[in-house]
Amino acid sequence: MEKKNIASMIRSFALVFIIIAICIVMTIVSPVFMTSRNIINIIRQISINGIIAVGMTFVILLGCIDLSVGSIVAITSVICGFMLQAGYHWLVACIVALIVSIIFGCFNGFLIAYVNFQPFIATLATVTMGSGIALAFSDGKPYTISDPAFLAIGQGYVGAILIPIILLVIVVAVGLVILNMTTFGRYVFAIGGNENAAKLSGIRTKRVKLAVYVISAICASIVGMILSARISSGQPTAGDGYELDAIAATAIGGTSMNGGIGSLTGTIFGFILLGLLTNSMNLLNINSFYQQIAKGILIIIAVFIDMTSKGKSR
Amino acid sequence: MEDTKYVLEARDISKSFSGVKVLEGAELLIAPGEVHALMGENGAGKSTLMKIIMGVYTKDGGQVRFEGQDVNFVSAKDALTAGISMIHQELSPIPEMTVAENIYLGREDKKVAGLPFVDKKKMNARTQELLEEYDLADYIHPEMKMKRLNIAQVQMVEIIKAISYNSKVIIMDEPTSSLSERESQTLFKMIDLLKKENKAIIYISHRMEEVFELADRVSVLRDGKFIGCVRVGETSREALVNMMVGRELEGGYPPNTAEKGEVVLELKDFNSKGVFENINLKVHAGEILGMAGLVGAGRSEIMRALVGYDPLDSGEIILEGEKITIHNQKDAVRHHIIIASEDRKALGLVLDRNIRENIALQNFAELSNAGFINKPLEKKECREYADQMTVKMNGIEDIVGGLSGGNQQKVVLAKCMLSHPKVLILDEPTRGIDVGAKAMIYNLMLDMAKQGIAIIMISSEMPELIGMSDRIIVMSGGKITGEVEGDEAKDQEKILKLALGGL
Repeated sequence: MEKKNIASMIRSFALVFIIIAICIVMTIVSPVFMTSRNIINIIRQISINGIIAVGMTFVILLGCIDLSVGSIVAITSVICGFMLQAGYHWLVACIVALIVSIIFGCFNGFLIAYVNFQPFIATLATVTMGSGIALAFSDGKPYTISDPAFLAIGQGYVGAILIPIILLVIVVAVGLVILNMTTFGRYVFAIGGNENAAKLSGIRTKRVKLAVYVISAICASIVGMILSARISSGQPTAGDGYELDAIAATAIGGTSMNGGIGSLTGTIFGFILLGLLTNSMNLLNINSFYQQIAKGILIIIAVFIDMTSKGKSR
Repeated sequence: MEDTKYVLEARDISKSFSGVKVLEGAELLIAPGEVHALMGENGAGKSTLMKIIMGVYTKDGGQVRFEGQDVNFVSAKDALTAGISMIHQELSPIPEMTVAENIYLGREDKKVAGLPFVDKKKMNARTQELLEEYDLADYIHPEMKMKRLNIAQVQMVEIIKAISYNSKVIIMDEPTSSLSERESQTLFKMIDLLKKENKAIIYISHRMEEVFELADRVSVLRDGKFIGCVRVGETSREALVNMMVGRELEGGYPPNTAEKGEVVLELKDFNSKGVFENINLKVHAGEILGMAGLVGAGRSEIMRALVGYDPLDSGEIILEGEKITIHNQKDAVRHHIIIASEDRKALGLVLDRNIRENIALQNFAELSNAGFINKPLEKKECREYADQMTVKMNGIEDIVGGLSGGNQQKVVLAKCMLSHPKVLILDEPTRGIDVGAKAMIYNLMLDMAKQGIAIIMISSEMPELIGMSDRIIVMSGGKITGEVEGDEAKDQEKILKLALGGL
């Protein structure tokens, strides 16, 4: 454990180190980088992926996967857009969207925990279905949103702080508390590590699984609201591909795809690093095609470091 | 033995892992046609030595010779083709493939040489021939899927596979650890046949009885060093134990002096279709109740059904005079009926997590408040129970997967004890554990009995069962075939007869 602790510390420090290095290099290379406007821009970017990645970390720690988050973002966006256009109070719109998302999460969890679907297949089905529902419901057209109270979710400030950032901090904080301080968090690790042993220890593994998919859906739904508010529009194609960024952040953060090993702290560094990298490459005018290549390479390097540090600790 | 040409020689083997010497001057000289036992406590370096011979690890120093030639295998496949095969303790067949397909995996007979079309007929015929030659054809067929075989049969298939490679040396790593008495006898017969064909067997085992029954010579390793090689006829159990542990060890089994109290648990008419029927049993406070029977007799299944893990068709559970119902493991924990299952890696522990988390896992009723873990209390209790169970560790943050088998079992016991069991079910509590740790587990069991816990012990090791139990219930084919107490409970022959179906 001593060794493992050191190894994992080096690992988290490696991410921190890379993050700091990028910041230093960018400050030197680009005059725009350290401006408050760019920093706000970075954090705004990060908040989207970050919130989904929190939910995704729970799912992956369980040894599962959730491909459906993108479609839940889209459904939330479409519901909010539709209801706001129809004149409902913004709070009502948000609550309805959240409830629908939770139902989606329950459906995922039900298929996986109670019908024993493989998580990949179950959520592949629901993402396909969900995207279809969002498109069918909206007839493929976006809803313009103009309710200022709703738009504040994506654009407003409390004091000097952007609301999406506050939401990110809240989601991360709640995630950290659940994962590290509650029995539920411990159960997630245990089920991911050895489901049978967890079951034999008296844990209601199915309920935990279901709840984790609900957590992931709630995170995605919050992102759906932020996104719609930021672009002032209910978009049926919002959230496409978000699952991949979230999975990437979790993997870079050192969470094992087999479940049982990892941390939310790692994921936090993961999504910060990803956001920083994207922003830096934008500032450097690097073609987005090459950006994708760079992100892919980052994932490989991060996971490789992770594997070697764990290998040494054995 | 000096004149005999050795088929396999490993001399002066050394190996370090990240600076830690695991083997130092290890030696193993194997003559053709002998059964050569390799003994040593867990961590003595037996498996490392085997992995070096098999080419899985590269040695740091020393020499391996096979049939008089220096060899340096770089993979298990190399060793296999040369004529050394290994039957692992944990077998890993491909369950959806047939017996023949498993045996000829990677070297299938082809319909046309050079083209990837498998000649199933030929493969099946060759497999059938081997099965008949070794008297297995009655219950194993080439076209059976592996998933339909039990562990013992899977092992036989592995041995046949080794034979089909024309292996001259077959390494068996604790082959009887998951076999019942009768299945072990089948294995021993097989080993005799192999001996007659002049094949050498390296037999790794913790079980003295087997070593004395089977082996011609024994080599002992301790802390990575070669301690000595003796002929079985010229040594004694005590001498071997001394070689292994390097110190005198209390012989035999300590008696259970705990006072027997009231009946704590009673099972009435337990039934599970096709698994066990009409099971009635009682266990008293402070009593160690042994459950004897062959693997598959239904012992573990009854206990797993009791705690709600396996299905139960009908039956009553009476705990301290009151009828209770248990739907799942959570209910069982709430009623303080605790099980330490036979397979600690698959069912008992979360190997990637640390000692603290493992001990706490089933005990949050005590260690948490409204879903929030009471971390100071968790630390304190887990450390206390780990210490009580004498877990050897740097601290409770040690990852469980890195502990030795004996220590892992102690973590399981600590986890059970923190649940304050009224009834503690120990399923194969000493499987795969070395001699020193076994003795410790026995003493811990006696301590538990003294605390008034009713202990039910399932074990396939007859001496352990006889040595530790106050009373033994014998099962065969899902039924209780007898119950022995007092002197009768020391009569191995009688118990075995009952286990074989009360012949």
